[in-house]
Parts: sequence; structure tokens; C-alpha cells
Amino acid sequence: MSITERYRLAQMVHTDGPVIKVSNLKKGFGTRVVLDDLSVELSRGESMVVLGRSGSGKSVFIKCIIGLLKPDAGSIHVLGQDLAALDHDQTDQLRSHIGFLFQSNALYDSMTIRENLEFPMRRHRNTLVREQLDEHIIKTLTNVGLAHTADMMPAELSGGMQKRIALARALVLNPEIILYDEPTSGLDPITSKEISSLMTGIQEQYNTSSIIISHDMSCVKRTADRIMVLLGGKCYAMGTWAELARSNDDNIKQFFE
Amino acid sequence: MTRFIGRYLRELVNPRYEVRAFIHQCYTIGYSSLALIGTTGFIMGLVLTMQLRPSLIAYGVVSQLPVMVSLAIVREIGPVISALIFAGKISSSIGAELGSMRVTEQIDAMEVSGTNPFKFLVVSRVLAATLMLPLLTILSDAIALYGSYLGVNIKGHTSLQLFFSDVFDALHYGDVMPALIKTFFFGAAVGLIGCYKGYNSSKGTAGVGLAANSAVVASSLAIFIIDLLAVQITDLLGLN
Repeated sequence: MSITERYRLAQMVHTDGPVIKVSNLKKGFGTRVVLDDLSVELSRGESMVVLGRSGSGKSVFIKCIIGLLKPDAGSIHVLGQDLAALDHDQTDQLRSHIGFLFQSNALYDSMTIRENLEFPMRRHRNTLVREQLDEHIIKTLTNVGLAHTADMMPAELSGGMQKRIALARALVLNPEIILYDEPTSGLDPITSKEISSLMTGIQEQYNTSSIIISHDMSCVKRTADRIMVLLGGKCYAMGTWAELARSNDDNIKQFFE
Repeated sequence: MTRFIGRYLRELVNPRYEVRAFIHQCYTIGYSSLALIGTTGFIMGLVLTMQLRPSLIAYGVVSQLPVMVSLAIVREIGPVISALIFAGKISSSIGAELGSMRVTEQIDAMEVSGTNPFKFLVVSRVLAATLMLPLLTILSDAIALYGSYLGVNIKGHTSLQLFFSDVFDALHYGDVMPALIKTFFFGAAVGLIGCYKGYNSSKGTAGVGLAANSAVVASSLAIFIIDLLAVQITDLLGLN
């Protein structure tokens, strides 16, 4: 990638307008249509929750945004850039502005926690010296309350701690957008509440925009500025918690009961 | 598989080399197989000598024992047995490791973090397997010949110097080089098949087991097919 392109990419994160703009997105697997003509925008600093039944295409939606899946039709603009128009290097560069929290945490189990956090930095912050790297990693781990685990292996940690480490890894490059895939699934109610609080704290501290996929309604209530209900591959309803909670529509009511 | 090999060759020459991952894999794949392949080589040399001895005595050519054993080990048995042991140990472990990484979304996590998982995981492993197997085979052959020397001395007496003098007199360029060259292909096949099965593993723990198992079966078969082709080629070149 040329220096001009790098500069343009570095500048684009300061542009106004929605940080994510999805237009007429279509995605299917074989004959099964998962996302059908979906259009949605995410504003800077906003937190949007995607609600939907299992298999409704929520994970497919955020995997299309990060570029892990290619849409069949439609366009996705992230931080002003059309994903379809980016080459491999440009996509990688753009991804350094996006954090992704996997449902399964996806921690590299053959690496220590420090190495897990170092991994994205090797590619995107390769000018940092050892001391700077260590300082940044410990600072990020401190933000999720787990600085003491730096030299432990993922298998030595509890599910909640692994989730926090996965969140720390998503944050290590100071992203502008974070995509959460069921951040509280499989956690007890207390840990789930802690993770939700951590997410809102991070949003304020790092001024990030986020898309959260969750079935945990207490997490949804705590974190959502806006909620999108996904049904039949389309945006069925959109609104704040208060607006949707008042709805008489059966498809919406079932989530809030 | 053809597309996978094509992508491997492309990524192999494209810049941004994962040197640290490659060195780590050389250590993991090469060093961890040393004891197993060395032990197998020793037993192979010893047993082959003890099995051949009565037949050679019957024909009155027992003095040719070092020559026969060394040719058998260096040309065929050493490379093939080492490659099969290597396939059993390395191909299954690569298949299981990458399969498990696929199932737990670790490969997706690498891609999201801006690292090319194919280069980091596949290229480093296949290249390490390609380069490590020839080295392991040389070591295995040497240990097998030493095992053979001990085998000769169980029921007879030959000095170490005389034994190896006979061995080196019997071996020529056409015996050593084709055998060594084919081990690079054996190593590449083991690495590629292990990575292909693991990298494309279907979701679920059953998929991981299947990836490990089918990697060993396919690698072992590939070794015999490559061996068959290698024999035909060396025959055409007049090296047999």
C-alpha cells in the first residue's frame, strides 16, 4: 500500500457521518437466504444491539461487516470505506480500527495472555519496542481488571476471565468500532452484569461505537442506545429499549417478556 | 486440494515472511520427532540385519551384509519408514491443531486481527515439514546403519571401520541423492495434507478427529504414490 493510501486510510477515521453504513445487504448459504435487503447505519459513539432468534443471521451480519464473509449483494461502508473496493492490505488496515469479540472468545490457546494481546500489535504496531509493547499490554489488561494474568495461559482462566481477556484483545489497538458476538453467553448473571458494565465503561473511556449481538436482555437494557430486531433477514423493528418494550407486536413482545 | 497447493505456492513467495513462526515450527516438527525417528531407525537397521543374515549365509555371501543393508536402508526403507512415522506423528497433530483452531474460531480471530492465517499457520508448517523430514531421514539412516553394525556383531565380528568402509564403498551418488530428494516431497505432502485437512475441517469436535485421522491416512497413501513415481523417474534417468 502506498504512503498516500495509508495517509488517506488514517484520515478517514476522522470523517463525519455514520461509522458503519450497510445498504441492501443480501447473504445466503445455498438456497437459504439469511440476510435479505438489510439496510442500517451506526453513528459515531452509538451502541446498537441486534436482537433476533437463533439462526436469524445476526452473526452473519457482523461477520459481513468485518469482512469474514462476503455479501452476495449490497454494500458495506465502514469508516467511509467501501469494503468491496478494498484490497487485502487495505482491509487489514481497516480492521485495525475494529475490535471483534467472538462468542467463543477465540483466544489462542497455545499462547500466553500477553502473547494473545501482542498478536494484533505485531502487525499493526510493529514500530513499538518491547518496553512500549509491555506497557500498553499491561495498561489494556488493567482496564479489564486482569493485569496479573499476563503470563498465564487461557486454559488457566475461568470463562468470565477469558471473556475479559478477549475483550482486552479486541481493545488492544484502540479501535473505533467494537463488534460483540454474544458477549455474555455462557456466563453466570453476576459475571454477565460485570461484563455489561465493562462494555459501557469501555464505550465511555474509548469513545467507541459498537454493535452488540445478545440474547441476554439485562445486557441489552444496560448497553443499548438503539435496538434492531432482525426477522426474516430484514430489519423488522428499530428503536430504543423504552420504545420497543411498549410494542404490542408479538414478534417484538416475546423478547421483552 | 489443487487450489490449496496453488495458494500455498503463492503465499510462499509473497513477502511478509513469518520467520518466527517458521523457526518455531522447525523446532516443534523437527526436534519433537528426533527421538521417535531415531529409535525407529535403530530398530530398523538391527532387525533388517538379523533377518537378512541367515539367507546370506545360505547363499555364502554373508560378507555382503553391510552392502545389502546399506543399499536397502539408504535407497528405500530409511526414507519411506521415516516418512510414514513422520506422517503418523506430524500430519495428525497438524490436522488436529488446525481443525481445533478452526472450530474455536481462532483462525477467524487471526484474520480479524490483520494477520494472514494461511501464511502464519499453513506456510510455516508445510515449509518446516518439507525441510525437516530430509534432515530426520539422514539422521535415521545413520542410526539405522549403526544399528546394523551392532546386528552384524551379535553373531559375528566386524570392526566399525571395516563395516562403514563396506557401506560407503557400496553407496553412490545415484543411491543417495534421489532418495534424499524424494524426502522433500514426502515432507511437503505430509505438511500440505495435514494443513489442508485441519484448515478446512468442518465444525464440531467430530470434524477435528476426522481431520486428524484422514490426514494420516491420506499422507501415508501420498508417500507410497510419490515413492512409486520417484522410482519410475530415477529409472528413466538411469539412476537405478
